[in-house]
Amino acid sequence: MERIRERVIQIYGNLVSLLQKCIFCILSVGPIPNHIAFIMDGNRRFTKKCKLMEGAGHKVGFSALMSMLKYCYEFGVRYVTVYAFSIENFKRSPEEVQSLMDLMLKKIEEILKKQSIVNRYGVRVIFSGNLKLLSEPVRLAAERAMLATAKNSKAVLSICVAYTSTNEIMHAVQESCEEKWDEITLLNSSGAGYGLISLGGYEQDEMDHLIKLTDIEKHMYMAAAPDPDIIIRTSGETRLSNFLLWQSANCYLYSPSVLWPEIGFRQFLWAILNFQQIHFYLDKLRKQS
Amino acid sequence: MLSLRFAIPTANTLTPPKTKPKPGLVVQTAWNQTDLFPSLPKRYDYKLQAATTDLSVEGDIPAEEVVELPAELRRELMPKHVAVIMDGNGRWARQRGLATSAGHEAGVKALRELIELCCQWGIQVLTVFAFSYENWIRPRVEVDFLMSLFERALKSEVESFSRGGIRISVIGDSTKLPTSLQKLINEVEETTKHNSRLQLIVAVSYSGKYDVVQACRSIAEKAKDGQIQLDDINESLIEQELETNCTEHPYPDLLIRTSGELRVSNFLLWQLAYTELFFAQELWPDFRKDEFVDALSSYQQRQRRYGGRH
Repeated sequence: MERIRERVIQIYGNLVSLLQKCIFCILSVGPIPNHIAFIMDGNRRFTKKCKLMEGAGHKVGFSALMSMLKYCYEFGVRYVTVYAFSIENFKRSPEEVQSLMDLMLKKIEEILKKQSIVNRYGVRVIFSGNLKLLSEPVRLAAERAMLATAKNSKAVLSICVAYTSTNEIMHAVQESCEEKWDEITLLNSSGAGYGLISLGGYEQDEMDHLIKLTDIEKHMYMAAAPDPDIIIRTSGETRLSNFLLWQSANCYLYSPSVLWPEIGFRQFLWAILNFQQIHFYLDKLRKQS
Repeated sequence: MLSLRFAIPTANTLTPPKTKPKPGLVVQTAWNQTDLFPSLPKRYDYKLQAATTDLSVEGDIPAEEVVELPAELRRELMPKHVAVIMDGNGRWARQRGLATSAGHEAGVKALRELIELCCQWGIQVLTVFAFSYENWIRPRVEVDFLMSLFERALKSEVESFSRGGIRISVIGDSTKLPTSLQKLINEVEETTKHNSRLQLIVAVSYSGKYDVVQACRSIAEKAKDGQIQLDDINESLIEQELETNCTEHPYPDLLIRTSGELRVSNFLLWQLAYTELFFAQELWPDFRKDEFVDALSSYQQRQRRYGGRH
């Protein structure tokens, strides 16, 4: 009896997965987004709603993340970014921060295992953010994960930890200034700069070419990925909360009201359908800017 | 099987249904006695402004006002800074078989109404996205029309703004604007700089990314001159160098984008870090008081956590 039940569940599972593959086939006639970003909001509200233990919402949220990643990579989305932990989240209670860090440590170890989704789909993992703010064990685990997956090239997963967009931009500005400063100093010392620094005021044109948009962009934490095509924020809140502000200039913002642990195939489908509807117009805009 | 839940409703799921403003709206102005109209909102019956252009509307912005808010709104939860992306003029005109210019003119009327409402309801800063840096590639005819529309609008409104206590600031790359418009902008900014009831920031030829780049350049200049060290570069330094440093509240509390488009389009990127976004289905010329009340009441029901817990 038990075996029959298991068989039925297996057949049902296979049918669902076949149906999903069919839907993906049909959808891939239209444009496929290159980069999807997720703001995983609503874990704690889910815990309260389902009357679970403290921290259980985040664990369910993690499995929701795994299934969303599976949909993305199977559909052919190359870049996925998730907002795991903001710099502002450090302001929460120390117990909550600690439990989130422990969960992150545990999950980093898990995704490095052989059968994990990372190896199945050839995913390169990048941790974006001000990693110096993390505790030593988490930072080391993150660096190990980045090293271990560096050779994968089919897809990219950017996990934003200790990240805020304003911090990212500020860091990029700092680095660009330092780089230009070093360049000028080098030019000076080799005699080729015509004493640019000591002259003090040079032409407006030269000044304009001192730091460009591309200089700042190449120093962003998220420089390894193109701009996102869709940003999905769950739990119905419509705000960016300091996530990918720079990169979201022409990106489709989708805000389903489900909580993050409840997100599923239908929200993914809906996001893709809407994206495909406005894709050509957005693409034109992007090429013009 | 698939639930037909739309990607995003006109507001988020917490918006109450549309209601008309409560009857018994009390309007007290400097020029009229207190009126109690049980069913109709009061129309301002003042002398028309110099109606030399198509922009003549019903009246002035009243100098001093104590206006009761609609029932759904609470005064203490009003946002200090509202930003608006005025999208949909072209589509509005096409729907009615008119030229795009008619859509832009209608858009100016809607903007005027919004400015009046902000004055009355205690909003301190209103930023509007009038013309993006990317809009320069539009047809020459349209761009020229828009430039002349800005000039006309500024010329005809400066007096009314002065009386209404409105301060105008213009942000964006003004080097690409016609010289006459640049001069006019400087004059208007100078004339209104001491007004304090509402600050109207108009973004013309503006791009959020460009704003950050120019802040970066001025920081680089300062570093080169030795005024600051590279280690001193932090978020508040960048904030001070952005073009929105002309106001005390550079971060919008609420961003409204009309015409149903769900994106930010390179407007105020840095400043939108924790801004509540509201996407309205109506096209901009149709965005009036009722729709603004919807947006505000949706804003007032949101829980803003800024990354922390309650």
